[in-house]
Amino acid sequence: MMNYFPDEVLEHVFDFITCHKDRNSVSLVCKSWHRIERYSRRRVFIGNCYSISPERLIARFPGVKSLTLKGKPHFADFNLVPYDWGGFVYPWIKVLAETGIGLEELRLKRMVVSDESLELISKTFVNFQSLVLVSCDGFSADGLAAIAANCRFLRELDLQENEVDDHRGHWLSCFPESCTSLVSLNFACLKGEVNLGALERLVSRSPNLKSLRLNRSVPLDTLQKLLMRAPQLVDLGIGSYVHDPSSEASNKLKHAIQRCKSIMSLSGFLEVAPRCMSAIYPICGNLTTLNLSYAPGIHGNKLTKLIQHCRKLQRLWILDCIGDKGLGVVASTCKELQELRVFPSDPFGAGNDAVTEEGLVLVSAGCPKLNSLLYFCQQMTNAALITVAKNCPNFIRFRLCILDPVRPDPVTNQPLDEGFGAIVQSCKRLKRLSLSGLLTDQVFLYIGMYAEQLEMLSIAFAADSDKGMLYVLNGCKKLRKLEIRDCPFGNAALLEDVGKYETMRSLWMSSCEVTLGGCKTVAEMMPSLNVEIINESDQTEFNLDDGQKVDKMYLYRTLVGHRKDAPESVWILGDLTRSEHHEPSLNDMIQDMKLKNVSGDDDFIIWESNNFKLQGNFSVYGYNPFIFFFHPVVGLGVVASSCKELQELRVFPSAVFGAGNDVVTEEGLIRR
Amino acid sequence: MEKEGLGFEITELRLGLPGGGEIKNEKKRVFSEISEEEENGKGNGKSQVVGWPPVCSYRRKNSFGDKDGSKTSKFYVKVSMDGAPFLRKIDLALHKGYSDLATALEKLFGEVLKDADSCEFVPIYEDKDGDWMLAGDVPWEMFIESCKRLRIMKRSDVKGFGVLQPREAVKGTLKE
Repeated sequence: MMNYFPDEVLEHVFDFITCHKDRNSVSLVCKSWHRIERYSRRRVFIGNCYSISPERLIARFPGVKSLTLKGKPHFADFNLVPYDWGGFVYPWIKVLAETGIGLEELRLKRMVVSDESLELISKTFVNFQSLVLVSCDGFSADGLAAIAANCRFLRELDLQENEVDDHRGHWLSCFPESCTSLVSLNFACLKGEVNLGALERLVSRSPNLKSLRLNRSVPLDTLQKLLMRAPQLVDLGIGSYVHDPSSEASNKLKHAIQRCKSIMSLSGFLEVAPRCMSAIYPICGNLTTLNLSYAPGIHGNKLTKLIQHCRKLQRLWILDCIGDKGLGVVASTCKELQELRVFPSDPFGAGNDAVTEEGLVLVSAGCPKLNSLLYFCQQMTNAALITVAKNCPNFIRFRLCILDPVRPDPVTNQPLDEGFGAIVQSCKRLKRLSLSGLLTDQVFLYIGMYAEQLEMLSIAFAADSDKGMLYVLNGCKKLRKLEIRDCPFGNAALLEDVGKYETMRSLWMSSCEVTLGGCKTVAEMMPSLNVEIINESDQTEFNLDDGQKVDKMYLYRTLVGHRKDAPESVWILGDLTRSEHHEPSLNDMIQDMKLKNVSGDDDFIIWESNNFKLQGNFSVYGYNPFIFFFHPVVGLGVVASSCKELQELRVFPSAVFGAGNDVVTEEGLIRR
Repeated sequence: MEKEGLGFEITELRLGLPGGGEIKNEKKRVFSEISEEEENGKGNGKSQVVGWPPVCSYRRKNSFGDKDGSKTSKFYVKVSMDGAPFLRKIDLALHKGYSDLATALEKLFGEVLKDADSCEFVPIYEDKDGDWMLAGDVPWEMFIESCKRLRIMKRSDVKGFGVLQPREAVKGTLKE
């Protein structure tokens, strides 16, 4: 039917499909759609850089222009992963450069980015336009200088929360006079000084500049000059905001700010004199995003007064010194609020005006559009969570962190099972959940039962037994990332359904009860997983006894086998057993299944058979028992032994992995 | 625990839902156990567990403890300048050295500097002992520890002040 349309028409239609998941689905429809989608794909998202190789990426998507890569596991943010674990971007850049890919955008998260990589990017990709680095490390201002100097059409340089060695601050001066294309410049995370004159000139010659986030070395008078030159800014991050409200400098600033009628996003205040906040009030009415989470200097009624001016706020990031009363002000002012993040200002929670369940309840009552929450608090009650669940059934992300992670409900002394249970039952669209507080297996029963859309779950210091983990693995069909620390989950839970892990991006377990033997078993049964053991203690202490508990295990699906760049502290299991593992050939399995080859394409084969009956629990394998998509090596073996009523089987050579938005493969698809 | 088998289980205190028959898994690592371990190992006064609370390391380094200035080192001192109507305050901890400080002072008092009839200024400071000292002699770190207040004095007023010896080498003038 679709053969009526020439390729160009289909390609044009596909252009409107921008979401990764949807494009992956499109590629599965038939051979010609697969081909057209493949050549027209410009943006690729790879959630785990070790799940696929750059060579295979390019083989499938030769026209790729924009690449997103993520490296270290999430818990690396909390110092649970050795600094040299991996996630190096250089090999990717090298291959992309060698194969002549016209890379234009690169977005990296938790990767190690060397100056060499940045230099190679800047010198190879002539049309390079956008570099976004989030939580990366490994580079210095020298690498930034190369990007500034050589990327003639640079539009975006966005550095978020990176650890940068910027002892030499000349990088900003390296933007040539001819560079006038900047749309977004964010260097708020840099510690060093920048050449202020160069910065002013750069901003002056960038008429398209919409987003500018400064670091704390940029003083007030420079800020004022920059605002005068760029009144068209939409997003502003203020570095230093220290001035005397009665001074001339302050007046000039007020005037400059008032000219910036387009600012909708405000952040920074890395250094702040809070009595000067009134200068900001004129733009507060337009703000949709406000991030004061790095400005502990703004608190008390200065903070609440500021927020009272921000009636259109949709996203608010603040510190817990706002207190429950301050959250009450948010609730009564910010009726459009969708996302709230409240960070701790004191890691030990010793502050007196940190927030409690009261603040959260107030916000839930006042802000019905709330759908995303990250909330660090002193305590939480079941009653509050039940109320929040009733007030805000639209949560997509719900991350609660009680500073004492095993604290029960302080009113009833009960675990928080019922409260979180109410959240998952009410919020049918919940995709991400982080738990804390005293929790038993019961909460996991609720999660497995109700959290049907859940994709990412973070658990710490919870549960009583393996049952907890099993409820989740069996119940959450869309689970992609599971990260667990300090829970009593052992081998029984880990090994119950190892096939499940192939449908997920990754599993992290640290300080649990799994043993080396258990991890080895997973590695042996599932050659498509890399099972990594991270052992940072003295090597001689860690004996090779299978009964030894594993401190940290990280496993993830991959199509390219064991990585070669792991440091000494990381062991990848299965190296020895891999060569002994007999992988049945496709032909062997086809013989067993008595399938007939109906159409004999190289790439696209359909078999039919009437001889098979579906048995066993295959909800993990698909929504339609008669049509299967799977990895030929692992999946077919399983299908052959169980699916006795299989009528139609399609094996694609290239398709999308798992739930649809992670990895591109060339061998098959595992779909739930 | 030793009373198992004697029917005392029912009196055993444990965490869990009422009526549940589950025996608390003894292997569950309770937060307080871990934090005791860490405390003993690291000798910290507070309970600290690696990676808890789950705040990313960048944020930990850049936003904690600043609220009232008592948790991070802040060295606010008053700065007076001859000819300026108001005193200012400056955080010495924000500056890396004397020249950095000089630049900052120039910014603070730029107007006064411009207006003053081209004379030179001398930065002096009052130390912990109450003595007025010429800035620039001691290493920067020592200076910020001992400096209580700063004064930017006109050189012409120096003789009358009784601090400096006429033959003493003058260091750290603003207009260097």
